[in-house]
Amino acid sequence: MRPETEGQLADLIRRATAPLSITGGGTRPWPGEGGGTPLDMTALTGVTLYEPESLTLVVRAGTPLETVRQTLAAEGQMLAFEPVGRDGSTIGGVAATNASGPRRVQAGAARDAMIGVRFVDGQGEVIRNGGRVMKNVTGYDLVKLMAGSRGRLGALSEISFRTAPLPPVTATLALPDLDAAAAIPALSDALGGPFDVSGAAWLPGQGALIRLEGLAASVKARAADLGARLAPHGRVRQGDDAAWHLLHENIQDSDADIWRITCRPSEAPAILSHLPEPISLDWGGALIHVRLPAGQIPDLPRFSGHARRIAGAAPALRPAADPLTARLEQDLQARFDPRGIFGGQV
Amino acid sequence: MQMPPPDPSVLSRRQAIIDALNAALPDAVIQDPAETRAYECDALSAYRCAPLAVVLPRSTDEVSRLLRLCHDLRVPVVPRGAGTSLAGGSMPTADAVVIGLSRMTDVLEISAPDRLVRVQAGRTNLSVSGAVEGLGFFYAPDPSSQLACAIGGNIAMNSGGAHCLKYGVTTNNLLGVTLVLMDGSVVELGGPMGEGPGLDLLGVVCGSEGQLGIVTEATLRILPRPAGARPALIGFDKAETAGACVAAIIRAGIIPVAIEFMDSPCIKATEAFAHAGYPDCEALLIVEVEGTPPEIDEQLALIRDIARRFDPVEFRESGSDDESRRIWLGRKSAFGAMGQMGDYICLDGTIPVTALPRVLAGIGELSRQYGLAVANVFHAGDGNMHPLIIYDANAPGDLDRAEDLGADILRLCVEVGGCLTGEHGVGIEKRDLMSVQFDPADLEAQMRVKDAFDPHWLLNAAKVFPLDVSAPRRDRRLNRTADAA
Ligand SMILES: Cc1cc2nc3c(=O)[nH]c(=O)nc-3n(C[C@H](O)[C@H](O)[C@H](O)COP(=O)(O)OP(=O)(O)OC[C@H]3O[C@@H](n4cnc5c(N)ncnc54)[C@H](O)[C@@H]3O)c2cc1C
Ligand SMILES: Cc1cc2nc3c(=O)[nH]c(=O)nc-3n(C[C@H](O)[C@H](O)[C@H](O)COP(=O)(O)OP(=O)(O)OC[C@H]3O[C@@H](n4cnc5c(N)ncnc54)[C@H](O)[C@@H]3O)c2cc1C
Repeated sequence: MRPETEGQLADLIRRATAPLSITGGGTRPWPGEGGGTPLDMTALTGVTLYEPESLTLVVRAGTPLETVRQTLAAEGQMLAFEPVGRDGSTIGGVAATNASGPRRVQAGAARDAMIGVRFVDGQGEVIRNGGRVMKNVTGYDLVKLMAGSRGRLGALSEISFRTAPLPPVTATLALPDLDAAAAIPALSDALGGPFDVSGAAWLPGQGALIRLEGLAASVKARAADLGARLAPHGRVRQGDDAAWHLLHENIQDSDADIWRITCRPSEAPAILSHLPEPISLDWGGALIHVRLPAGQIPDLPRFSGHARRIAGAAPALRPAADPLTARLEQDLQARFDPRGIFGGQV
Repeated sequence: MQMPPPDPSVLSRRQAIIDALNAALPDAVIQDPAETRAYECDALSAYRCAPLAVVLPRSTDEVSRLLRLCHDLRVPVVPRGAGTSLAGGSMPTADAVVIGLSRMTDVLEISAPDRLVRVQAGRTNLSVSGAVEGLGFFYAPDPSSQLACAIGGNIAMNSGGAHCLKYGVTTNNLLGVTLVLMDGSVVELGGPMGEGPGLDLLGVVCGSEGQLGIVTEATLRILPRPAGARPALIGFDKAETAGACVAAIIRAGIIPVAIEFMDSPCIKATEAFAHAGYPDCEALLIVEVEGTPPEIDEQLALIRDIARRFDPVEFRESGSDDESRRIWLGRKSAFGAMGQMGDYICLDGTIPVTALPRVLAGIGELSRQYGLAVANVFHAGDGNMHPLIIYDANAPGDLDRAEDLGADILRLCVEVGGCLTGEHGVGIEKRDLMSVQFDPADLEAQMRVKDAFDPHWLLNAAKVFPLDVSAPRRDRRLNRTADAA
């Protein structure tokens, strides 16, 4: 099934009698995801509206992420949350997974840039929420509810984003001598000062990485101030701007399992002490990616975030929500999809 | 403004309900009509109604006990922060118990390494920044009511302020909440990056106007204080030119922290009131940028070059703290100044920035049609307009006419692709206009969320949704009440 219009999408869902599994580029299903009849979203493409001076882009869900990137770059703009994806990733997949890159520490996640959605619920009803303006408190914010929902409540057909100007200049500072645990205080220090940091990460072999973006003189002045502030943590030198792309591309499928852990940065050192060297740290230490032998479940100390297996040989493992949250989620799912058409989704 | 009639089965049990509240939380219940009067309305003071009782709990546990009690007795509840809502969000009904968070003001945790603060929901917005100031941090969302309004109210209304072009609104700065559901159960939503393991329930609770649960604690993202900030004032001889200049600044890739717009009726009123020394012109912009002095110079130089292309009547760049203060003075006294001109209704629609010329012209047209003056002051960077309709409360029919004009202006906002409210919320004020912006299926989808969180529709139920649309659900509750009685 490959609908070309929202109307066709609604028809297909209305007539469906068995579970569907919504796929964009299919670049990032979780292990075990996708049991139902494939509902391929990649024909539902096209930019509906782009107004650079209003910082607004409205785009159909099946549009390739790369097309969106190019459309925006041609006008000197971008999606500030720095979506990560492989060749073929769709903008709907990005929205449905809330996929957000390093700039999240400064500009927020995909959900924060999403200002409107159109989607088709489990009964085949088209629902609109939000719109094309960035400041809007008219009714409940279902846009956020749909962001990261992985198609559990409906199939996204169109999404409105707030765009941002592409920064003219980028500088990366590196503290190459720091291991992952030692990087955390340095990253916190950088994020805790008035430097407007747009990336704070760690990569094996590269150490702690901190990014500054903006106008030329401003970046230069901030880099000097920040370098001085970080000196007590160790040697500071110019880092590699390309590292920011590597950071997420590094997370490849493999025979081993990949775990994604979110936590408070202050909790990260204790968590890291229970794990092998991570693949990467991002968001100032709040996001840890680590590779573990297939099927192994790490024994972590209590912390305020959650750990989940997102790729590899073993099935996806998602932390059990507390019973109340689980009840609310099930209740919502039952109301948006009473026939369980999207039941195949994780 | 219509409100549903109070539930007679609740009114008839009034004393028993108050006794039960007193038994559950002695010292926290206000029942004397002289004292409940303070809770009759919020900042939308044209509409008032005394509640059945007011309770002021001190902890999450107390809120939980109260809600379970009201749930079991099927008594409607209206949550209340500081009562500064401009949409009637915290206005009670005669059959409702108001649960006020004003005693819950503690700071529970400050973490500089994690860049967060955890507070009880009754704490005022400004005092959150106050609590973290010493560490060099601030809490970004800055509604103009920030001295008075509470974080719980901010979360319920997803409030924003002048600086949200750069820093976003409440939802972009909220990491987690402790939420008490109507049945008394307590749930933690959110996580270190604002995300839990499943659906983004935090995202939908934010902005749900006190209809899904009572927020008792909030974890908020805090940001390092920028080194400094400096405004420029730019005057134009046409409103459209000011609009075009805003578009050009954003188009050039500059995102100032604030771009404020005032039109000539507003400038004149403000000058007569505050004597800020604004130029005599058709429209002006206040553009503020942040950073270290060299960063500020770099940004303002670019803005000056852009502004020149639009032939401004005046370009005034602040050179000192005192000049900055004077540039902001007029903007900050605008609402007070308009109050001198007469009674006013303050609207709150958002439009795409590109529709600015069309909407300003349309507002002028409608203002002539209705014979009522309208002045405009607003956050131009994000299109959030606040047209002020001046009327005379003592002239018979004037208020009705002003309200009709207001509704027409909001319809115009929706027509050009905007929305009915950018920051004040729907409440009772814009409830019946919701059908202008949303189809029945869109409203139904939102009400399903309420069904999941509050199946009996006991929390703030006469708000947000047009009464005829929510009636079947509210009636279902009344029938159940009848069963209970
Ligand atoms: C190397 C790599 C690194 C990544 N790192 C991160 C990361 O750090 N953080 C992060 O959040 N993500 C990350 N991702 C995930 C990835 O960015 C997104 O999942 C991807 O962009 C999804 O695009 P897609 O079109 O291929 O979606 P698919 O893989 O096709 O689908 C992904 C999920 O979204 C649902 N879905 C897809 N389209 C729709 C729609 N229109 N409506 C409703 N549901 C839909 C699917 O049902 C499925 O549950 C990473 C991916 C890769 C390849
Ligand atoms: C002079 C003035 C200027 C203003 N400027 C702005 C502005 O710039 N930007 C802006 O966004 N708003 C502004 N407002 C509107 C108002 O201040 C905001 O909506 C504010 O967030 C309300 O907070 P409060 O604590 O006063 O809430 P209340 O008025 O007490 O309640 C507002 C709503 O929130 C609910 N609620 C309150 N507390 C809780 C809780 N703990 N849990 C669940 N629900 C709760 C209530 O039921 C009600 O629906 C302004 C108001 C005034 C009077």
